[in-house]
Amino acid sequence: MLNLSRLFKEPRIRGGVHAEEHKASTSGRPIVVDFPLPEKLYIPLQQHVGKAAEPAVRVGDRVLKGQLLAHSQGMVSAPVHASSSGMIVDIDDYPAPHPSALPIRTVVLETDGEDQWIEYHPIDDPFQLTPEEISLRVGAAGIVGLGGAAFPSAVKLNLGRENKIHTLLINGGECEPYLTCDDRLMQERAAGIIDGIRLMLHGMETRQAIVGIEDNKPEAYAAMQDAAHAYPFIKVRQVPTRYPMGWDRQLIRYLTNLEVPAGGRSADVGVIMHNVGTAYSVHRAIRFSQPLVSRIVTVSGGAVARPRNIEVPIGTLISELFAFCGVDQAATKRIIMGGPMMGDALPHSRLPVVKASSGVLALTQDEVRNTAEQPCIRCAQCVGACPAGLLPLDMANRIRNNQLDAAVDIGLKDCISCGSCSYVCPSNIPLVHYFKYATGELAARQQAQRKSEHTKRLMDERNARMARIKKRQEEEEQARLAAKAERERLQTEQGTLA
Amino acid sequence: MIAIRKPNSGAHIGTNTTVQHIMWQVMLAISPATAFGLFCFGWPALNLFIITLLSAVLFEAFCLRLAGRLVKPVIMDGSALLTGWLVAMTLPPWAPWWIGAAGAGIAIILGKQVYGGLGQNLFNPAMLARIALLISFPIEMTTWANVAPVFSPQAPSFAESWSITFSGLNSVASADSMTGATTLGFIKTEFSQKHWLPDILKDYFFFLDFLGWTRGSLGETSALLLGLGGVWLIRQGVIKWHIPVSLLLTVTVLSSVFHLMDGQHYISPLIHLNSGALMCVAFFIATDYVTSPNTPAGQLVFGMGCGLLIFVIRTWGSYPEGAGFAVLLMNAATPLIDHYLRPRIYGRYRNGKPLKPKVIVQERKS
Repeated sequence: MLNLSRLFKEPRIRGGVHAEEHKASTSGRPIVVDFPLPEKLYIPLQQHVGKAAEPAVRVGDRVLKGQLLAHSQGMVSAPVHASSSGMIVDIDDYPAPHPSALPIRTVVLETDGEDQWIEYHPIDDPFQLTPEEISLRVGAAGIVGLGGAAFPSAVKLNLGRENKIHTLLINGGECEPYLTCDDRLMQERAAGIIDGIRLMLHGMETRQAIVGIEDNKPEAYAAMQDAAHAYPFIKVRQVPTRYPMGWDRQLIRYLTNLEVPAGGRSADVGVIMHNVGTAYSVHRAIRFSQPLVSRIVTVSGGAVARPRNIEVPIGTLISELFAFCGVDQAATKRIIMGGPMMGDALPHSRLPVVKASSGVLALTQDEVRNTAEQPCIRCAQCVGACPAGLLPLDMANRIRNNQLDAAVDIGLKDCISCGSCSYVCPSNIPLVHYFKYATGELAARQQAQRKSEHTKRLMDERNARMARIKKRQEEEEQARLAAKAERERLQTEQGTLA
Repeated sequence: MIAIRKPNSGAHIGTNTTVQHIMWQVMLAISPATAFGLFCFGWPALNLFIITLLSAVLFEAFCLRLAGRLVKPVIMDGSALLTGWLVAMTLPPWAPWWIGAAGAGIAIILGKQVYGGLGQNLFNPAMLARIALLISFPIEMTTWANVAPVFSPQAPSFAESWSITFSGLNSVASADSMTGATTLGFIKTEFSQKHWLPDILKDYFFFLDFLGWTRGSLGETSALLLGLGGVWLIRQGVIKWHIPVSLLLTVTVLSSVFHLMDGQHYISPLIHLNSGALMCVAFFIATDYVTSPNTPAGQLVFGMGCGLLIFVIRTWGSYPEGAGFAVLLMNAATPLIDHYLRPRIYGRYRNGKPLKPKVIVQERKS
């Protein structure tokens, strides 16, 4: 209870919670690879951080699996490929897999059932490729961070070459409850992941990699150790099971004892982190020229009769996954994309699986938090749970009183929305919701401020312009009057002369 | 104010702990000491206990009604009941009914509801009530009943207990022989008459005092039971160890130093620790979430401050017991402590500036 050394030394893991795992129902079952091909796939053109891709096909085109559907745009973006063969039947706005279900530009692909791959040319020795070529190919394959952040991976590989990166960290933490897609991937396809790691090291010109796996996944750890055995520069390490261990900065701190400065990037301390799923996709993209057209999704939750991990073509509707796994719709209280800690609640299930969808959960009334919100009793559980060292209760209090800047003063911008505070709160206060609201509101206010400044500048410019015009008119008028007077004077002089 | 209808972000799952759950656990932790007190001081104590708890709930309901809020869900959180309970524990066991009712009223109305209800108050409501009563009604608040277990020959009968509670102690014939001073009070009086330790404590039995077989407040006599309840609360994760440990340690260290220097004028740390009020405050009053700091560092400072003030008031103040005053003073300092002792934010120095990146130069693969 009283450990004096802990008083003076900061622990390597700060805060966090140990949530009920709910992983057993899916972690022991193999990945389903023969999921029936859906008749229609809804492939959004923005499944990543950055600019949306621009369509490269037209309605009526026939496409093969892996064919480019849309080009990436600008520096931070990713292309999108056909997840199966068939015909493009629509390119229009469809609801996005987001709490708002706001429309997003989507390519609708009617599959032909052939699932025929586009012709591709395997490479004999990818290590002969230049590092630049590796990132180009990763970028062209449309690979984004599969842990949920969906940041274009090629951008991170380039960052690796531009900065002095000493360690590539591979995140096999999978700290979110329910999710086991990375666990299963590591158990079943460890060799592919390790190959992907080697390729990424080559692409980043970095020497060593550390894979961090939470100690609740002993099978995955063993499989990865086996696969990495031949490569001494790839270390596989177990990390404690404590949410949010998969937060990059938590894992960086635990594995390398480095701390990323606030507002900075992990590259600032010489570390870059990728997810195990991303490493596997890199393996497929470089070795077999296969772009990212499918991913492994955990379908789980109390309302699911047959929970499991499924390899799903991107664009499959969640409702089809639910039908396949036997979801009791009446018992489903909340549908979540991602994990239950950081995932988004979806309004309905007719939304597509995208590259970032690590899991789709159908939770029952008993699993979802359903007690009413009560006043804060300042129990400070949230302070103890916050991995970033913030005071969630004070921030929420200030936001509640509309003192958003005051909330920023005590660290609102350092919040990572991990949900640990909401998880432990005995009063069931939706703390993360407050923080997201405040962040959004601040951005909106800043935009409004910029807009009003812009308007003011335009107004000032107009006034100055009008003043100039008026002055010129006045000068012209005076000049005209002067000329007239001069003329009249001359006339009178001439008159007197005459 | 912002309105949140259906939060769709943040943790969708949560621990099953609720405010109500926490309140019940605290009540469970103080119930052995309370039960022991009720046993020692008999029917009048039970009357006072029930009256105080009932009044607390009624005052809470009254305030909620005035504020136009829903009464039932708030009453059900158990906080008013717990406040009433804590007030009752700190009262002299045979105090008249109106002391209990007034105490509950002060705690709930002035201590809690005027600030806006649960979670908003600056001072611990129970201590506020106790101190207000002590200053306003010094006689009633310092008349301590002898230990007279229920059904024992020296205990007042059921009928007598009614007149003690409703007509005052003087209505009972043998009133004077039924009361006396607490240990700390007795020592203070003797000091004022130039009697010194250890003569004063000839008749002091350490073990009886530790057990709670002594004069004192209704639920505060038993250091043993209060301590056990407190340790259980820590084990349950309801309270953290920082405040109780730093508070008790501060009192122990200070009293040891002074007692070792001058054993005649300064009582030993054992007597300090044995006073049930200290245990009650350390585990159940100072640890009140609402009025104590949020961070472990802040809690350590808070506990030390309470311990220091308790020792100073007990030793040099005019009151024999200083726990209530100490807690209220430190409550006032809580916002300040919270302001200065914040946790370090990840990626920043303590002063809030971003860390300077540690540059690790490593040869790159050529």
